[in-house]
Amino acid sequence: MRKIVIVCLIALLTVLVGTVSAQESDNVLIMARAADTTGLDPHTQTAFASFRLLELIYEPLVNLDENLNVIPSLAESWAFADDGTSLTLNLRQGVTFHNGAEFTAEDVVATINRILDETTAAAARANYLSIASIDTPDDYTVVFNLSQPDTPLLAALATTNAAIVDSADVESGAVATVANGTGPFVLDSWTPEEVTMLTANPNWWGEGPNIDGIEIRIIPDETSILAALRAGTIDFALLNDPLVATLLIDDPTIVLNRAPSIGYHVFQLRAAAPPLDQLEVRQAISCAIDRQEVLDVASLGEGQVTAPLTMAAFTLPTEELFCYEKDLDRARELMAQAGMEAGFTLNVIAANAEPPTALSEAQNIQAQLAEINITVEIESLELSVYVDRWLAGDFEAAVAQNGGRPDPYTMYARYWQSTGNLNVVAGYSDATLDELMAAGRAETDPTARYEIFAEFQRYLAEQAPWIWLYVGYEYTAQQPYVTGFVPTPTDSILSLTRVELAR
Amino acid sequence: MQAFCTPDNFNMIRYLMQRIIAFVPTLLGVSILIFSTIRLVPGDAIVAMLGTEAGMLTAVQRQSLEAYFGLDKPPVEQYIVWVGNALRGDLGLSVRHGQPVLNVILARYPVTLQLAVMAVTIALLIGLPIGVLSAVKHNSIIDLLGRLLALLGLAMPGFLLGTLIIFVLSVYFKILPNSGDYVSLAENPLRNLSQMIFPAFTLGFSFSASVMRTTRSAVLEVLAQDYVRTARSKGLLERIVIQRHALRNALIPIVTIVGVEIGYLLGGTVIIEEIFALPGIGRLLFNAISQRDYALVQGIALFIAFNFVVINLFADFIYTVIDPRISYAHDT
Repeated sequence: MRKIVIVCLIALLTVLVGTVSAQESDNVLIMARAADTTGLDPHTQTAFASFRLLELIYEPLVNLDENLNVIPSLAESWAFADDGTSLTLNLRQGVTFHNGAEFTAEDVVATINRILDETTAAAARANYLSIASIDTPDDYTVVFNLSQPDTPLLAALATTNAAIVDSADVESGAVATVANGTGPFVLDSWTPEEVTMLTANPNWWGEGPNIDGIEIRIIPDETSILAALRAGTIDFALLNDPLVATLLIDDPTIVLNRAPSIGYHVFQLRAAAPPLDQLEVRQAISCAIDRQEVLDVASLGEGQVTAPLTMAAFTLPTEELFCYEKDLDRARELMAQAGMEAGFTLNVIAANAEPPTALSEAQNIQAQLAEINITVEIESLELSVYVDRWLAGDFEAAVAQNGGRPDPYTMYARYWQSTGNLNVVAGYSDATLDELMAAGRAETDPTARYEIFAEFQRYLAEQAPWIWLYVGYEYTAQQPYVTGFVPTPTDSILSLTRVELAR
Repeated sequence: MQAFCTPDNFNMIRYLMQRIIAFVPTLLGVSILIFSTIRLVPGDAIVAMLGTEAGMLTAVQRQSLEAYFGLDKPPVEQYIVWVGNALRGDLGLSVRHGQPVLNVILARYPVTLQLAVMAVTIALLIGLPIGVLSAVKHNSIIDLLGRLLALLGLAMPGFLLGTLIIFVLSVYFKILPNSGDYVSLAENPLRNLSQMIFPAFTLGFSFSASVMRTTRSAVLEVLAQDYVRTARSKGLLERIVIQRHALRNALIPIVTIVGVEIGYLLGGTVIIEEIFALPGIGRLLFNAISQRDYALVQGIALFIAFNFVVINLFADFIYTVIDPRISYAHDT
């Protein structure tokens, strides 16, 4: 009798497990990630997790390629006026929204007005304040009249935060709920924290998509995502934690994609907090920290030591920058000059698990700074507590992972212009930085712009208000039968339109 | 029907009514506690949503977001409005889900309920027989092995066992029943069971240790009683002595811990739900807290508290069934 029961149990279990391995055989990509979008309104989202969904549904006027060059999207071509005071964009014709409405200049006007309207609480509003008025000579041309020359405006438009929405939705106030874009995929259903279903948009203007749709599943634990990849129950995954992603390096059955991120890990000194107000003290800290060691210890060497600007077109070789080689003698000398040979106690805030490497970075810095008699006290904080204090400038030093932008001005004006919204966080400003920022904004010639921002980086490294550490990688992983995906420094997954499945 | 109207049953009903009325202050206390705690935690919904980008908002932008999240009124006013609505069955709107809180909770509840029932069933299936066996064969090799198993169950945290199970399944068997594609019992029972069995086992295994230990000590105690000796000396079969006399009398403490455990499990099991990607109450609450989705946090907390009191009441009721000597007749 008992034996029969056991046999029956085993048989049942086999059947159960058997039903599971039945893989969906159609042409739908099954993708997993740990975090879900925080909403559907493209203009108010700031979380990376939100962009990874909304960039498939909505499109901005221009986009970025894998080298962060501006490429056509809903605008086919564009030109700044010679004096830089207007930007004319020629719109793509025959594009329709997912609800069937045609895309015209009217939608661009409605979108920009919605973003500029303060009650929308649009995340990137500050980047478009130079748009004084918009002319629409015809349905497929828009002219942004600018209050001052603003070269970074073009790249600043290349974001889901400036995605074009249907003017009818703006009028009815439905933008936050309808997900009515022009993009390659149409939103079928969204169950927060569970699953999102997308189908390919057959009317999309671009080539592709080559797949019929995407099923995005939320698997909150990245180790479980890894398990799902290995079990073959998902095709594609977004990974954040380098400790999880690197487990795949030696796995021959799974393909791991890596692209150096434009977001950067940084040790922020607040020059407003004594004794960090002394240049020598900040420089001493810069000279005492071996950046490669921080990278090796905290992130298993997964990344590259970086200059302040992280995008390939603007970054500088680190040899050109002040004290990027660890130099303890010089550090001690600088401390002596500041009258600080005896050292001092430095309080460092670190967010708990955001990024996952934060605490190890802080601990490694603690060990390194002990060599010049600086006692580092680490304060590990829950993320929102950390953000609150960070925004208020209520700290002496902080380990942080800050997002990058394709344009240097858009990336740093918020911190290093004395009028920037986050200047209080940086806790440092001077006339040179203000001048360099203003010049970089107005300059249209690429070579001259590069020079301005090279100078900006050298100056910043020398003043050492922050110690730039390293850039990590953006990770995605996929089954070998998934082909055509191109990883990018912004972690964009827009190239899923080109992906083919050869199960 | 006649029997229903005995004075004893009247007292029972009166007792039940008293208990139900006592719910109200309990739930009110819970609601005040949770309402103030979640607001005392630094960082509001805006920072939780925007992170450091919150620093880029202008004053007007911030105000319109505060109005959206319902943070523009004083907390006391917010609370009074919320309680008023809750009494009418309206727990408010989850800002994150854009749906009524009650709907969001009820959509997740079946997962948690099923997980709890399955976990406790598995725990009882493992724990009860081993516990009884351990007690009967006191200090034998079976007892020793049983106690070892219990120690293992207590010592092994759920996240470790869960991760191990997932690791073994995915790496060695190339299967993973649940990769973020949970289906409900009604949709596809077989598939649902295959997804639930491993998390339920993970939870059930560690709980089975408590069941086993409680059973063992309760049965041991009962076996030492005079009435068991009497039963044995009457010449009753050992099996009947154990089933009718020992186990039944040992059930009270087991019912107590099962009640408490179900209460806990119905509050959701964040870690197991995270590891096995199950859309249950625990993950819902965890996300709601990190997103400062106030209405949802309050709703879930109230719901969990409600579950707890109901289950306690139910356990009390079961006591009277198991042991007729327990009566609420004079319980005033």
